[in-house]
Amino acid sequence: MGKASVKPWLYLLPALVFLSIFMVYPLFDVLVYSVEEGYNSASQTFFGVGLYNYAYVLRDPYFLQALKNTFILVIITVPLSTGIALLISLGLHSIPKFKELFQTIFFLPYVTNTLAVGLVFMILFKKTPYSDGFINLLINFFGGQSVDFIEGPYWAKIFVMSFYTVWVVLPFKILILTSALASVDPVLYKAAKVDGASRGRIFRRITLPMISPMIFYLVITGFIGAFKAYADEVAIFGTNLNAAGMNTIVGFVYDMLYGDSGGYPSYASAAALILFMIVLTITVINLLVSRRTSVNV
Amino acid sequence: MKIRLTHLTKEFPNKNKKAGGFVTAVNDFDFTIPDGKLIGLLGPSGCGKSTLLNMICGLEPPTSGRIFFGEDDVTELPPENRGVGMVFQSYALYPHLTVLQNILFPLENLKGKERLSKDVMNAKAEEAARLVQIDQLMDRKPGELSGGQQQRVAIARALVKRPRVLLLDEPLSNLDARLRLQTREEIRRIQKETGITTVFVTHDQEEAMSISDEIVVMSAGVLQQTGMPQEVYDDPINLFVAMFLGTPAINVFSGQIRDCALYIGEERLLETPGIPDQEVTVGIRPEGFVLDADGPFSMEMDRVEVMGRDTTLICRHPKFRGDTVRAIVPSDTVVKRDSGTVRLTLKPAKVHLFRPDTGERVRY
Repeated sequence: MGKASVKPWLYLLPALVFLSIFMVYPLFDVLVYSVEEGYNSASQTFFGVGLYNYAYVLRDPYFLQALKNTFILVIITVPLSTGIALLISLGLHSIPKFKELFQTIFFLPYVTNTLAVGLVFMILFKKTPYSDGFINLLINFFGGQSVDFIEGPYWAKIFVMSFYTVWVVLPFKILILTSALASVDPVLYKAAKVDGASRGRIFRRITLPMISPMIFYLVITGFIGAFKAYADEVAIFGTNLNAAGMNTIVGFVYDMLYGDSGGYPSYASAAALILFMIVLTITVINLLVSRRTSVNV
Repeated sequence: MKIRLTHLTKEFPNKNKKAGGFVTAVNDFDFTIPDGKLIGLLGPSGCGKSTLLNMICGLEPPTSGRIFFGEDDVTELPPENRGVGMVFQSYALYPHLTVLQNILFPLENLKGKERLSKDVMNAKAEEAARLVQIDQLMDRKPGELSGGQQQRVAIARALVKRPRVLLLDEPLSNLDARLRLQTREEIRRIQKETGITTVFVTHDQEEAMSISDEIVVMSAGVLQQTGMPQEVYDDPINLFVAMFLGTPAINVFSGQIRDCALYIGEERLLETPGIPDQEVTVGIRPEGFVLDADGPFSMEMDRVEVMGRDTTLICRHPKFRGDTVRAIVPSDTVVKRDSGTVRLTLKPAKVHLFRPDTGERVRY
């Protein structure tokens, strides 16, 4: 190896060392843990190598519940939050006055602490012996029955969870989409107007294709983020998510490691890798779809 | 289609909010564009020519005044109902659509009875593309085309609906010098072939003069002069028009009328019978000088620029407003020295007098 070919590697060395220690090695280690059957963390021993851990996790009702919750959350919140963000961004883009003010207001949730916001949501939705909560007051006002959103029926909990998730992820999406909209050359809209395109057609044929790379970016990161949901659930439903029936995959992994019934790194690793495979599959599908429909500008 | 503009005025709110009030971009513009002609709308940057074009197009509503296409008052009509095609300075091609899709776009927007069948649309797009000679590039995206090709696509898109009026906003400014020459002839050819009334905006007087049937010179939102390019060049109405047209620019001196003759300094240059004594601004076209050993006008010559076709004498004169006087003489005129005093005679038709205060023409 000549001197010239050593040099670039030398420059890369610091990054490579850190990446190897903190990314590659843990990934590899998780893989190893996940195939070690009957691993005992105290004695550092295991019985054999195989896929038993995966089979166990996939049969665990808590994991299946977490899987179901996560999927429902993803399917509801990703399209909903992207759609709402697009509507709000279009609104923001078309108002000339107070644009900055509204942008700031919409961005506030992004810089607010998740747990604090969760607490606020809990107060809004929680039913206590003293009060039914603000939302229930509203429902009663319009003649409806009180619903216990935090400890009540499954759909109500999913509703609160989705509502919360959408609310939390909106600011970032609005930020990205407003800047994407602002980057579309206004002369294209003028040209489209001269060409006789209606507002709907301008949106479908010009605006949407021009900002589609950003929409795909938001959908992909939205999927990944929603699959990794955990902290938000804790903020609203407390730490015992299994009891609340609102656990997520990441929550399951955490419980398997540190929870009351924890101490099973092998099961946790297997669950984590299952999550990894799901996210990988979805992302690849997303990328393929976006490549087929994307524009080369 | 004849275009008639009557008392067209456009005011914008002042960007500097503290100053308040309005900025008048176009001021009481009155002009009729004859049917089937190519009109060059000419003026320096910021003179309101693009605003005027946008008003004809329908992208900007006028503050007051009316716009007629033929006998139809189109002032209130949106652009799509006016029957205009527009080529933007940056072309404004849709980057995610192919050339064919770009050209088809205006046709696909037609609704109701005007809606064409797919085959007719394709045929029309094909025809427009052939007219501008880009029918080989139909499947490319704009990003894969050169500037000149993009320009042609923009023209094809503007023409595909067979507009009554074609508007071009600085169509050549993004092209390199050689392509500019070629493209302006191309625009002329396309306009002749289609016979569509065409208005094109430019700040380049050479561009406007070379291909227009008629030019319209604007300054600070006000129409200065209209006419055939040569007419306007030979007979400018004021100092602005005289200075704006022609390269090299007209040479401007300070002079006087005394005893019915034009003086620059103490040299008596031309007889101007019937004009009262006054200070005047004298404009002399570079080609208005003739080398003549007995000529009345003397200048200090700095150097000689040989252009092949003709020769430019770079001279100085104390009464000249600027650095150097440019006098163009035929190259067969023998210039023996390349410095020292030269004597010249003036061609009266190339000398224009203006009032020093208003810049208005003083005719003699």
